[in-house]
Amino acid sequence: MVRPVVELDREGIDRLIAQLGDSGFTVIAPTLSDGTISHGPISSSQDLPVGWTEVQDAGTYRLTRREDDALFGYAVGPHSWKRFLHPPEVVVWQGDGGMTPLDLAPPPRYAFFGVRPCEMAAISIQDKVFLDSGFSDDVYRSRRTDAFIVEVECYEPGGTCFCASMGTGPGAVEGADLVVSEILDDEHRFVVRAGSDAGEEVLAALGAAEAETDVIAAAEQVVADAAARMGRTLDTDGLRAALTAQAQSERWDEIAARCLTCANCTMACPTCFCAGIDDSLSLDGAVATRTRRWDSCFGLEFSYIHGGSLRTSAASRYRQWITHKLSTWWDQFGSSGCVGCGRCITWCPVGIDITAEATAMLAEARSEEAS
Amino acid sequence: MATATELSIPQLLDPMPCVVRAVNRETHDTITLEVEPAEPYHFEPGQITMVYKHGVGEIPISISSDPDRHDRISQTVRGVGAVSKAIIASHPGDVLGIRGPFGVGWPIDQAEGGDVAIIGGGIGLAPLRSIVYRVLNRRDRFGAVVILVGARTPKDIVFAEELREWGSRFDIDVNVTVDTADRGWHGPVGVVTNMIPRAPWDSSKVTAFVCGPEVMMRFTARALREDDVPMDKVYVTMERNMQCGVGLCGHCQWGSHFVCREGPVFRYDTVAELFRIRGV
Ligand SMILES: Cc1cc2nc3c(=O)[nH]c(=O)nc-3n(C[C@H](O)[C@H](O)[C@H](O)COP(=O)(O)OP(=O)(O)OC[C@H]3O[C@@H](n4cnc5c(N)ncnc54)[C@H](O)[C@@H]3O)c2cc1C
Ligand code: SF4
Ligand code: SF4
Ligand code: FES
Repeated sequence: MVRPVVELDREGIDRLIAQLGDSGFTVIAPTLSDGTISHGPISSSQDLPVGWTEVQDAGTYRLTRREDDALFGYAVGPHSWKRFLHPPEVVVWQGDGGMTPLDLAPPPRYAFFGVRPCEMAAISIQDKVFLDSGFSDDVYRSRRTDAFIVEVECYEPGGTCFCASMGTGPGAVEGADLVVSEILDDEHRFVVRAGSDAGEEVLAALGAAEAETDVIAAAEQVVADAAARMGRTLDTDGLRAALTAQAQSERWDEIAARCLTCANCTMACPTCFCAGIDDSLSLDGAVATRTRRWDSCFGLEFSYIHGGSLRTSAASRYRQWITHKLSTWWDQFGSSGCVGCGRCITWCPVGIDITAEATAMLAEARSEEAS
Repeated sequence: MATATELSIPQLLDPMPCVVRAVNRETHDTITLEVEPAEPYHFEPGQITMVYKHGVGEIPISISSDPDRHDRISQTVRGVGAVSKAIIASHPGDVLGIRGPFGVGWPIDQAEGGDVAIIGGGIGLAPLRSIVYRVLNRRDRFGAVVILVGARTPKDIVFAEELREWGSRFDIDVNVTVDTADRGWHGPVGVVTNMIPRAPWDSSKVTAFVCGPEVMMRFTARALREDDVPMDKVYVTMERNMQCGVGLCGHCQWGSHFVCREGPVFRYDTVAELFRIRGV
C-alpha cells in the first residue's frame, strides 16, 4: 500500500502538534529538563529542545548548543517511552477483603512526538512481551492501544549509539503512525510519511502538500549519512550462542569488579520490563492495594527464594542481564532485547559498555572454539 | 495506533476469591488448605497458583489436590516467611485470592503403559500428591507405582496419613525415609536417593516425577541414571521467585526459560546443563 508523503515547514509541524492536542491526545515529546533531554507535554515546537544537542560517551552526558534551530538534532536521553506505557509505579489492583476489585482510573491517551527508530523498535519489543506472549497486560494494553506515535528519523547519532549494528535505525522502523524526517539545508523542511490508517487521517486533515521526489531523496540522504556516523558498533555474528557458551567464563568476575550493581542500566533501557509487586493495606485494613514497580535483575532480592538469593554474586547478575539482552531474548521473543540506543553505556556511573563487554565475550568464545 | 494486538485471552492478574473450607494440619509448620473457588476449577497436576492474602502478599503454591475434582482445590503450605505464615493462619470461612492455574504440569500420560516413580523431598511432595490421585483414578493404565519420600525428621513428613493409607494398598509401593530418626521411627534412615537402587520398577519402562530442593533433584537424577533410567523419562520441578505467574515480571527466569510459563515442570535432560551453572 502506498501511503501519502507530505512536506511541512516548521509552522506545519506546529499545526500537526495542535491538531493532535485538539483530537484529545496528551502530546508528549522530548523536552529540556534537569540538564538532560527528557520527555514532557508540549503544545508547540517551541517546547522542543530547539537548537540543542548533547555529547554522550561511556558514563558521560552533556548538553551543548547547536548552530541551527534544529528541532530534533540530538539522540536519546536518560528516559525512554516505557515510562508512559509501562509506568515505573502503577496500581494494578485494588480490592476489599472479599477480593472485589475497585475501579482504577483510566490512563491518558498519549501521542508520542519524536520517537526515535531505536525507540520504536523497543516499543515493538515490549509489545511482544506485554501483549503477544500468551497473556495480555491490562496496564500496558490500555496505554498502548490508543497511543499515536510520531517517529523521527535520526541525523545526529550520539556517541554511544549503535542502532545501525542492531538493524533498528537510524532510518525509520515499522510501527509508527507518522514518520518525520527533518532536513536542515537552506530551507528548514520536514518530510512526513503516514505509516498507518490513523496517520493517514491526520495527514489528510492537515491538508499539506505532497512531498516532491527531490525532497524525499534529500531526507533519505540525511539518514544514510547518519548510519556512517554511529558512535559505536557491535558485531552480532555468533554473539547469541557465544554468551551462553561463556556462562562459566572468568571474565564475568572481571566485569563484576567494576559493576556497582546500581541498576541504572536496566532502568534506562527501553526494553527491560522486569517488575515486582508490592502489597499494602489502608489504615483501617479494608482496602488492599497491589502496586507494580520496576525491578532490576541487578538487585539481590530479585532472585530471592526462601533460604536466600539465587544470584548472589555481581558476576551472576551482570551475566544474567547481558545474556538476557543479547542471547536468551531471542529464545523468548524471537528478537534481540537490545536496540542499540546506548543508554546503558551513557548512564553507567562507571562507564561499562555493553558493546565492549559483548565483543570481549565473543572474542573469547571464538578463540576457545578455534583452539 | 493499530499495531498493538488485541487479545481475547482473559486477564489473569485479578485474584479470584476462594473461600477456605477446611484447614488440615500436616506438620508443626505445614497445613493443607481446602478452598472453594468462585467457579469450577480445572488444573493439571504440577500446576501452581498465586495465592494472595488480603493486603499481605502473594506467593506461588502448587496445587496438591485431586485434579479430577473441580469444586474444591487443596494447597499445602509451609509457613516460612511473612506471606506463607499469614496464609497458614487462615480459618474456615476466610477468603483467599487465587490466580491461575499457571505453568505446565507433569506429563502423566507419558507414563501410561509403564511404571511410575514419584520421588519427593519435604514439602516437594505437595505437587506430587496430585499425580497420585490422577494415577489412582486411572490405575489400570499404569504398571508399578512407586512413591519414595524423604523428610528431615519423622515430624516433617507431610501427608503422613495418606502415605500410610496408600502404603496399605497392594497396588502402590510407598517408602519413606528420614535424615534423622527419633525414638518412634522404625523406617529407613538416610537420603531419598538411597532407596532408588532397590525400587521395584522396571528402569526401561519407568517415568520418574521428582520434586524437592534443587540439590535433592540433582542427586536423584544422578541416582536414576545409575539405575539405568533414561534422562528423557525424568521430570523435575523448579522453584524460582515468582511475582506474576504469566511471564511479565521477569523474576522466574532460568536461562531462557520463564519457569512460570514453560515450567515449573521440566524434562531433566532439557535442563541438565542449566543445573550445572551456579547463579543462573
Ligand atoms: C513453582 C513453585 C511451587 C511452590 N509450591 C509450594 C507449595 O506447594 N507449598 C509451599 O509451602 N511452598 C511452595 N513454594 C514456595 C513458596 O512460594 C515460598 O515458600 C513462599 O514464596 C515464601 O514466601 P514468604 O513471604 O512466606 O517468605 P519470605 O521468605 O518472607 O519471602 C519474601 C518473598 O520472596 C519471594 N519468595 C520467597 N521464597 C520463595 C520461593 N521459594 N519461591 C518463590 N518466591 C519466593 C516471595 O515473593 C515472597 O513473598 C513454591 C514455589 C514455587 C516457585
Ligand atoms: S541494552 Fe543498552 S543499548 Fe541496548 S537497548 Fe538497552 S539501554 Fe539501549
Ligand atoms: S553495568 Fe553500570 S549501570 Fe548497569 S548495574 Fe553495573 S554499574 Fe550500574
Ligand atoms: S513469575 Fe513473573 S515472569 Fe514468571
